[in-house]
Amino acid sequence: MPLSSPHLLGLQGVPREDIQLILDTSTTFREVLERPIKKVPTLQGKTIVNLFYENSTRTRLSFELAQKRLSADTINFSTASSSTKKGETFKDTVRNIEAMKVDMIIVRHESAGVPAYLTKISKANIINAGDGRHEHPTQALLDMYSIREKLGKIEGLKVCIVGDITHSRVALSNIYGLISMGAQVSVCGPSTMIPKDIEKLGVKVYNSIDKAISEHDVLNVLRIQIERKANSTFPTLREYHNYFGITVERLEKHNKEILILHPGPINRGVELSSEVADGPYQIILNQVTNGVAIRMAVLYLLGTRP
Amino acid sequence: MDIKAIIIDEIGLQRTITRLSHEILERNKGSQNIVLVGMRTRGEFLAHRIQDKIREIDKSEIPLGVLDVTLYRDDFRTRLKQPEVSVTDISFDLTEKDIVLIDDVLYTGRTVRAALDALMDLGRPNTIQFCVLVDRGHREMPIVADFVGKNIPTSINEEVKVRLKEIDSEDAVYLIDITNINTEN
Amino acid sequence: MKILLKGLNLLDPEQKLDKKADLLINDGIIEKIGNIKSSEVEENNIFDFNDMVCVPGLFDMHVHLREPGREDEETVVTGCNGAAAGGFTGIACMPNTNPAADSAEVIKLIKEKASNHLVDVYPVGAVSVDRKGEALAPIAELYEAGAVAFSDDGVAVKTAALLRNALEYAGMYNAPIIEHCEDESLADGAMNESLVSTQLGLPSIPTVAEDITVSRDILMAEYLNKAVHIAHISSKRSIELVREAKARGVKVTAEVTPHHFTLTDDNLKTYDTNYKMNPPLRGKADLEAVIEGLKDGTIDCIASDHAPHSIEEKEMEFIYAPNGILGLESQLGLTLSELVNKNHLTLSDLVYKLSINPRRILNINVPSIKEGEKANLTIFDPHNIWTVNVSAFKSKSKNSPFDKRLLTGKPVAVINKGKMFYENELKSI
Repeated sequence: MPLSSPHLLGLQGVPREDIQLILDTSTTFREVLERPIKKVPTLQGKTIVNLFYENSTRTRLSFELAQKRLSADTINFSTASSSTKKGETFKDTVRNIEAMKVDMIIVRHESAGVPAYLTKISKANIINAGDGRHEHPTQALLDMYSIREKLGKIEGLKVCIVGDITHSRVALSNIYGLISMGAQVSVCGPSTMIPKDIEKLGVKVYNSIDKAISEHDVLNVLRIQIERKANSTFPTLREYHNYFGITVERLEKHNKEILILHPGPINRGVELSSEVADGPYQIILNQVTNGVAIRMAVLYLLGTRP
Repeated sequence: MDIKAIIIDEIGLQRTITRLSHEILERNKGSQNIVLVGMRTRGEFLAHRIQDKIREIDKSEIPLGVLDVTLYRDDFRTRLKQPEVSVTDISFDLTEKDIVLIDDVLYTGRTVRAALDALMDLGRPNTIQFCVLVDRGHREMPIVADFVGKNIPTSINEEVKVRLKEIDSEDAVYLIDITNINTEN
Repeated sequence: MKILLKGLNLLDPEQKLDKKADLLINDGIIEKIGNIKSSEVEENNIFDFNDMVCVPGLFDMHVHLREPGREDEETVVTGCNGAAAGGFTGIACMPNTNPAADSAEVIKLIKEKASNHLVDVYPVGAVSVDRKGEALAPIAELYEAGAVAFSDDGVAVKTAALLRNALEYAGMYNAPIIEHCEDESLADGAMNESLVSTQLGLPSIPTVAEDITVSRDILMAEYLNKAVHIAHISSKRSIELVREAKARGVKVTAEVTPHHFTLTDDNLKTYDTNYKMNPPLRGKADLEAVIEGLKDGTIDCIASDHAPHSIEEKEMEFIYAPNGILGLESQLGLTLSELVNKNHLTLSDLVYKLSINPRRILNINVPSIKEGEKANLTIFDPHNIWTVNVSAFKSKSKNSPFDKRLLTGKPVAVINKGKMFYENELKSI
């Protein structure tokens, strides 16, 4: 059974079977990444554009590697380059790219809704690499894969997402995906960073990081966007770290097995202390490796979809 | 299933496995450098049976791996269904080994071609030899099996169905008529 | 010339007129109301309206004409054409042009461009120079040039001090201040703050941003005993505040747009920028409060906030797209379909909301259907079921979410200043 949609715009409303298929298919590609020749010919002849209107080194690199390992041809387009600076509209840029006969577009943009808009003006398969505060589905998928890899399951686990939930597309995609796969999901952070209506999505709200640690099996720790400080949703990074930062002392107080995830890049000393970032609880680098496998799986499933 | 003939029955299958195992040892002058690679799905089970038989007659332990060639197929664009991938599991180094690739049916040869590409990506073997339970003809690639259980000429309206107890309810190989069925290979 | 309009259902609640009759108009003046024989008039000038409703000409007090500055999106003339097609004989236009309507020259330009048109245009002047919220605009000069009210629309008057000065100064001429109520520091958003905005990942504006400024404006109007008009009210709490203030005798009035009694923020799920405007579409409770407010008189009138935008402006990434949708040519149909035909308002109520009250708020003469009066009329069919076709709109722009919507109730003709617009034709009468 192929995926039910030719696009991956988000995890909201995506059937559990689809998520399951992506995670299972990723196992195949995870093995490819262990080989001496990390390449398969499967998407040979496919042209994939990475349309990144927002700066991102790691996500774009991860997608690019995934594409190359599937033997696809990759093109990168970032706004630092030419035409946007010359005033070309988004729609015109996409039209021009389409005219070059591309098969798939990976898009990242600061405005929510852009991937959905792309499906209306392009015939290519569209994959959302992050749209505003809306969704970042491949991140949530790789998070779930990493959890399953380490703990053997997702169903029934208690997962807490920690940080600036309001501004986080990683949080939203994780909420949709984890709930679909049967996990219990909560969020934790200062009240100023948690949307008023979030409980209606089926999550519990915690304002105490200690309580969150003691009651969950997995913490997915989001990065605090230091660039946003002007927003004044919290006073200082120091205060954030003291009251919401994950440190070894905090974790050991509870004397339990807990898994720590982080989408990267880490602000050491803010949301995580250095010891935690390098310590035994976290699987951050696994997430990065798995990220390539997940993206290969998504590209494969959409690229060979009948 | 419209069965036209039983090509190999349960006892016949055991004997064929025994013969193939002897042939493999004979050709390779023993078991020192051989590795078996079974192709999913039924090739894997045949490979295990051959591994067991070699253990019995030669008292030697031959490494066994499983190969999934879905990612190397050449027919994505024409397929009506999306093939399910599964995992390749070859945990030893293939370089300078003599690989015996094992599958249940040899038909057009395209699957073996894909397998050769996959194995080359995993290392540089000394030789690749191909062992198949049934060769039904109609090659579309220049592929020849080194070890053959049975040669059965077939028409395009026929299909060879291999049944193995590991996954099916019996051990048998049937020739069936598919004139009235829509097949997707 | 004489023209005869037959079979009309005349409705003018101020005249207590509600009957079926014919109208004889001579050189733009209503000569006779009653049973008139066709023989009196030349055959070409007889129009059989067969039971359609005729009311004093409708007035839209919140329209954005894009002249001067964005004539590519709309001009005074094309805006007026849209108004006429929508059933309006008069409009008030907002000052956020380029340059802003903060000088007598701009006011005069607008009035001049409209001078020959069937539709009357009443410019609203800016409160502050260039609408920047710093210095007071030359209000007296603007009033003399023809401005009927003052606003910094697009934004609220920046400070309470400036609002005070504007209310007092414009109050000398009895001209109201029209306020776009929104607290600037809370206004960084692309839609209403609700579960939907969380699900869509869009930055959002809470209803309290509107409530805070409505509160400020009511208190200031009360303190000074001057008139403030709340533009495009959308929040349930704001409507409650206006209701309470009116009960205390504060000189506050309010208008609402058709999209705020028709659509909610659920409509944004497709990220279609034709649902993006300011104030944003709110939730169900707010929509219900709007309808209640219209029924009990808290909300005095309906005004479209007609905001034309070019295609390239609306066909953009959602958070970059400008706010606003067209309104003139769908307003009457929506009012009839959503309010009158659903028994929330009577046709008499409609006359107050769309014709009498907006003029009263702006101190403009209210037309009457009476012998001897100038003919200023809107004729519509309250039962006509039709499909909105935006590509046929007279407006230069096409940004409307109502394309292909089925409506019950359609404008048919307008008559004003010796001209009649009917069946897509303008004639002198």
